[in-house]
Amino acid sequence: MRTLTLGKVPKAAPAAASRSLGRDALHHLLRNRSAQIGLFVIGFLLIVAIFAPFIAPHDPITFRADNGQVRTSPCIHLFGCPADQPEYLFGLDSNGRDLFSRVVYATRVSLFIGVATVTFGVVVGTLLGAIAGYLAGWLGNVIMRFMDVLLAFPSLLLAIALVAALRPLILENGLSPLIPALFAIGFVSIPVYARIVRSSVLSIKEQDYVLADRALGVPTMRTLFRTVLPNALTPLIVQATLGIASGILDAAALGFLGLGQKPPDPEWGTMLGSERSSVFNAPHLLIFPGLAIVLTVLAFNLLGDGLRDALDPRLNR
Amino acid sequence: MGRFLLQRLTLVIPVLLGVIFVTFVLVRSIPGDPCIVMLGERATPAVCDAFRDRFGLNDNIIVQFGRYVGTLATGDLGTSVKFSRPVGDILLERLPMTIELALGAMLFAVVLGIPLGILSAYKHKTIIDAGTMVIANLGVSMPIFWLGLLLAGFFGIVLRNTPFQLPTSSRLTASMSLSPLIEVWHLQDWTGFPRGIITFVSNTFTLSSLLQGRFDVWLDAVRHLILPSIALGTIPMAIIARITRSNLLDVMGLDYVRTARSKGLGERTILFGHAMRNAILPLVTIIGLQFGTLLGGAVLTETVFGLPGMGTMLVDSIFGRDYPVVQGFTLIIALLFVFVNLLVDISYAYLDPRIRLG
Repeated sequence: MRTLTLGKVPKAAPAAASRSLGRDALHHLLRNRSAQIGLFVIGFLLIVAIFAPFIAPHDPITFRADNGQVRTSPCIHLFGCPADQPEYLFGLDSNGRDLFSRVVYATRVSLFIGVATVTFGVVVGTLLGAIAGYLAGWLGNVIMRFMDVLLAFPSLLLAIALVAALRPLILENGLSPLIPALFAIGFVSIPVYARIVRSSVLSIKEQDYVLADRALGVPTMRTLFRTVLPNALTPLIVQATLGIASGILDAAALGFLGLGQKPPDPEWGTMLGSERSSVFNAPHLLIFPGLAIVLTVLAFNLLGDGLRDALDPRLNR
Repeated sequence: MGRFLLQRLTLVIPVLLGVIFVTFVLVRSIPGDPCIVMLGERATPAVCDAFRDRFGLNDNIIVQFGRYVGTLATGDLGTSVKFSRPVGDILLERLPMTIELALGAMLFAVVLGIPLGILSAYKHKTIIDAGTMVIANLGVSMPIFWLGLLLAGFFGIVLRNTPFQLPTSSRLTASMSLSPLIEVWHLQDWTGFPRGIITFVSNTFTLSSLLQGRFDVWLDAVRHLILPSIALGTIPMAIIARITRSNLLDVMGLDYVRTARSKGLGERTILFGHAMRNAILPLVTIIGLQFGTLLGGAVLTETVFGLPGMGTMLVDSIFGRDYPVVQGFTLIIALLFVFVNLLVDISYAYLDPRIRLG
């Protein structure tokens, strides 16, 4: 029978089961259909983000409608657009900028937001959750009650309020308008990670191998970081992947409300916000940035689902 | 059951105090002088001083917090700086719209999500299952405001002058109006709490129109709610469909289902007669948890569809530094959320004896 040590390699593994649980999980992950699609799309988006200057045919900020025509339909020579007209794959937006180039460049911002907010949430949440779970006592109680309070607010509302509080300060000091949004989205995600880590730590800390560490006189912090936390990793990885998806969605929402990237810099949510009124006469200006959001969020959701299936040792395959 | 209730209620109190405190601190940390925001850049220091004095903004922050909790205890949410009206009155105008929207969204999510999940589980590993799950995955990945805009464009412009055209903004068509119940029922001399209830019902157009027998207004109000409800309800719909499916599949693998099968019962009888009840139960929690997301998403939906609900008011007040309104509204939203979760816990304990006895 295989021991359920969740990602930790059993030291005296029999020769027959020589593959580690980690490699086992990777193996299952690569064979999982949703994970395959998710990884493929994320890889594609990474390439778009890294090579944006080479992929985008035009500068995303320059005004290009020299004949005064803005909100134009897409013009693709291959599909019958007259060759004497300049080619714009997604058309020009309300400010005469090439929408395709803007969508391409905005990939960078969104991927960065997703990863940065989750990193912040995971680091702070793990620390708080680990302290609350491993040390328990009054400090742990205070931390978890505070997490309960934060969870009592709808996260988007809390994020809006935080951005409203921070944004003027950040802008006054000439810093990037993305900082308050990043902080707010990361901050409201902390309780989720703290809860996951705490409950994992609570269930692990009474296990024999942790008690053995304690009996040997290993310092508490060392036990926590070297023995307990690595075993709480599985649910955290799944939640973090799904967290990237929701972080990108929340950032788009803040951008839509005018609390994210400052125009003219491209960001999908902000673009949707400033093209709101185009829904009645140039709906394609809304469709493309929105599709980009859906594609990105969907990819991380699929990868998260795949990870959950691959990392769950109870699942019979 | 009584002990369980008491235990849950005592757990709620520290959370509520925390919510009040966090709201208070957060609102104070929004930079910008409310006096300058309200009265304009040219307000003289003397005028500003009088203004701050009037709203108690000159006092020590701890004194302000104490006073705030004190007035809260009497059921007073304070007075709006911008509108010079009690926050409670504004709330009674705005809250019904948001609740109608949230309930409409939840109705859409449940009515579509559960059957989709059942269908998907029943046709497990077929093209129907795969298709449904693609829809569900797309549903959770779509920005609410984007879906809202697309729906507005499609039902308002593409389908214009067809029977399927749907209104894309405000609560009622301009030519429609609904008299307040206070006037219709001649209750002008009512005051306090009963009056508040009547005002609340009166502003719940779908309810008030029925009470007055105005079915044309009811239909109009419902038609105005359809698109916003779909936009807001799509994410919970997708989540409910996925969870219904996976719960059903789990239950279908249990021993008692195998027993039912070995008795020779048909697959359909097992699904609807035996498996369903146990699979649906955990959905109560999910629906409760989604409620908070709905209240947050209402901000976006109301913005897109130009609806005068709590969400738009709250965002306007944050930008306008209207402290009392932000405080009061945030507090009520958090309260609603905590209350719904409490209700979920209780109903769960009621439905599943293992929890209240465990």
